[in-house]
Amino acid sequence: MIKPISQRFLIGLLWLMLSIPALAIDIEVLYLRKLIDRPPVLSNILPPPDDSGIRGAELGVLDNNTTGKFLNQSYRLAVFESDSADILIQQANSWINKGRFLILLDMPATDILQLAVSPQVKGQAILFNTSAKDNHLRQNDCQSGLLHTIPSRAMLTDALIQFLVRKRWSDWLLIQAGKTEDQAYADSLKRSSARFGANLIAEKRWSFDTDQRRTAQLEISGFTQVEDYDVTILADEAGDIGEYVLFNTWLPRPVAGTQGLVPLAWHRVIEQWGAAQLQSRFDELAGRWMNSQDYSAWLALRSIGEAVTRAKSFDAKSIYNYLLADEFQLAGFKGRKLSFRRWNGQMRQPIPLVHPRALVTTSPQPGFLHPVSEMDTLGFDKPEVTCRFNTGL
Amino acid sequence: MKHIFLSLGFLVFAMQDLSAATLYVSNEKDNNLSLIDLDSLEVIDTIEVGERPRGITFSKDFSKLYICASDSDSVQVLDVGSKKIITDLPSGEDPEQFALHPNDRHLYISNEEDAIVTIVDTESRTVIAQIDVGVEPEGMAISPDGRWAVNTSETTNMLHWIDTSNYQLVDNTLVDQRPRHVEFTHDGAMLWASSEIGGTVTVVDVSSRKMLHQLSFKIPGVNQDRIQPVGITLTSEGNLAFVALGPANHVAVVDTTSYEVIKYLLVGRRVWHLELDNYDKYLYTSNGVSGDVSVIDVNKLKVIKSIKVGRYPWGLAIKP
Repeated sequence: MIKPISQRFLIGLLWLMLSIPALAIDIEVLYLRKLIDRPPVLSNILPPPDDSGIRGAELGVLDNNTTGKFLNQSYRLAVFESDSADILIQQANSWINKGRFLILLDMPATDILQLAVSPQVKGQAILFNTSAKDNHLRQNDCQSGLLHTIPSRAMLTDALIQFLVRKRWSDWLLIQAGKTEDQAYADSLKRSSARFGANLIAEKRWSFDTDQRRTAQLEISGFTQVEDYDVTILADEAGDIGEYVLFNTWLPRPVAGTQGLVPLAWHRVIEQWGAAQLQSRFDELAGRWMNSQDYSAWLALRSIGEAVTRAKSFDAKSIYNYLLADEFQLAGFKGRKLSFRRWNGQMRQPIPLVHPRALVTTSPQPGFLHPVSEMDTLGFDKPEVTCRFNTGL
Repeated sequence: MKHIFLSLGFLVFAMQDLSAATLYVSNEKDNNLSLIDLDSLEVIDTIEVGERPRGITFSKDFSKLYICASDSDSVQVLDVGSKKIITDLPSGEDPEQFALHPNDRHLYISNEEDAIVTIVDTESRTVIAQIDVGVEPEGMAISPDGRWAVNTSETTNMLHWIDTSNYQLVDNTLVDQRPRHVEFTHDGAMLWASSEIGGTVTVVDVSSRKMLHQLSFKIPGVNQDRIQPVGITLTSEGNLAFVALGPANHVAVVDTTSYEVIKYLLVGRRVWHLELDNYDKYLYTSNGVSGDVSVIDVNKLKVIKSIKVGRYPWGLAIKP
């Protein structure tokens, strides 16, 4: 069912309805979320929030409405959750049948693809992927009408490897956990390593199921005895064993990847470029830290806000055209203007590298050049993309 | 001969007048002000103030300095003679920048986290009005005739025009991404507005509140994304404008009739704000990342000195 999102938002909405003259544009956005059972992980002391993404979208709506009140625009978010892809697609259809066309997708890549190619959706809606980092959605499975505000794994691993190469810590040990997404992260690391001239010295797969909280000191140490290398890189997205590798490796080497020094879209430690203001707005709304998924949903809403404000008219075609036009630019608190790649719909953006208490650096790193935008050294550049992506609906 | 002596006497008088001038610099991350003697170009004093001081401005008679102490959620009043904070004004939350109305009484304050502008009467120390503006209000300027207060909102990307006679928001001008600073020309006919992420400066006609011209910048060897205009100042004759370009570490010198950039001057890192002395002789810049103030000779268009101050110098104000 469609749930009201927050009391504060409803009060804001009521206020807007009372104060805005009749000519107002109503911009309604649907947030579709697939409910997924997450398997248990060992490092379960700090569980992730269960409203990741949704709170970011809510903040985007609030920010857009603050701007919208000067322009007779009123934004509203409807959230729909289900554990069935079919029901989510049905919901998208009925949304489109009511003449609406803006949909945020918080679901795995397979469900995104199924939804994007379904005949009632294709060409009728603008979809924003705010959660799936899968490289194939950007490289060979891209879909016209489907934009990605969450960075791909390739952008994340490129950002990390650029930094390591710049530090001349080019020789790395890979430790991979056992899930499918860990394989995807490891593949992406290898691609980045080859791309920027790093060397994979050895790779190890973690397949044991003992509780590392009690035995890491003993086991990780032996497990990481390999030829000399510069940095340990983890591919453990769920955080099953990665947290226990730090300070337990055989050689005294830094740890990066999914734990340790982590490339990501957003983290609480980012405060430059005015980010402190976004962080405190989010904190006030949600009472917790803003994460990458919240940020990606916020980016989607703010992109919609910019396009609605500056495009000539409010319909799916005009908004989509504007989002992919050269004029489109978005300030996203990362020190550079953000825009969408015209070859796969990915939002180009700097990638921060953080540890739990501080920002270490932001990629692209100096010296990694690109003829158009240095941000396009992260992720799939135009010649690497094999799918066909249209910039018109 | 007598004539020459007279002129010399005048020159000595003028020089004495110059030497008395002091530049006040707010250090955002050190919670203090650095005072620079503009004759010796050296820091002569440091004054502890509230948390995260950013915008600073003097009262007309230079007896008081108003300080936005953002994280203390107040505008502090410094007694310039005794160098003591004498009172806090009710400013609304997180004041970042402000402007003093020509009536020398009303302060227009941007409250960054609340998306409002607060107007405070500095004599009665009361809030006169609060006006809803866009997300993250930042820059503030008041027209020389006192009629308009213009506020920029960084995430809404607008200039908000506030009528100072009734404190009503009457118009909004959409500009490029992340507008930071606004500056009226001395005749009040035009308004210059910088867009940090858009990388542009928009010149707006005040009577129609529409864009007249848009400037962009290009520095050889500097990535276009790093060119992020923030502070703007205009000479008293109005023939030159200076634009601080943030992480491009340069100040652009603009001919205000042709809107051409005459020169880019290399200053310290992440240059925020600019202040000209009363004679248009020297321009001072606050360089956030390198923690210093660059001194520019305006006639020669040359950087002549950099002066180390505290961490993250932000606001600048000169007491003649």
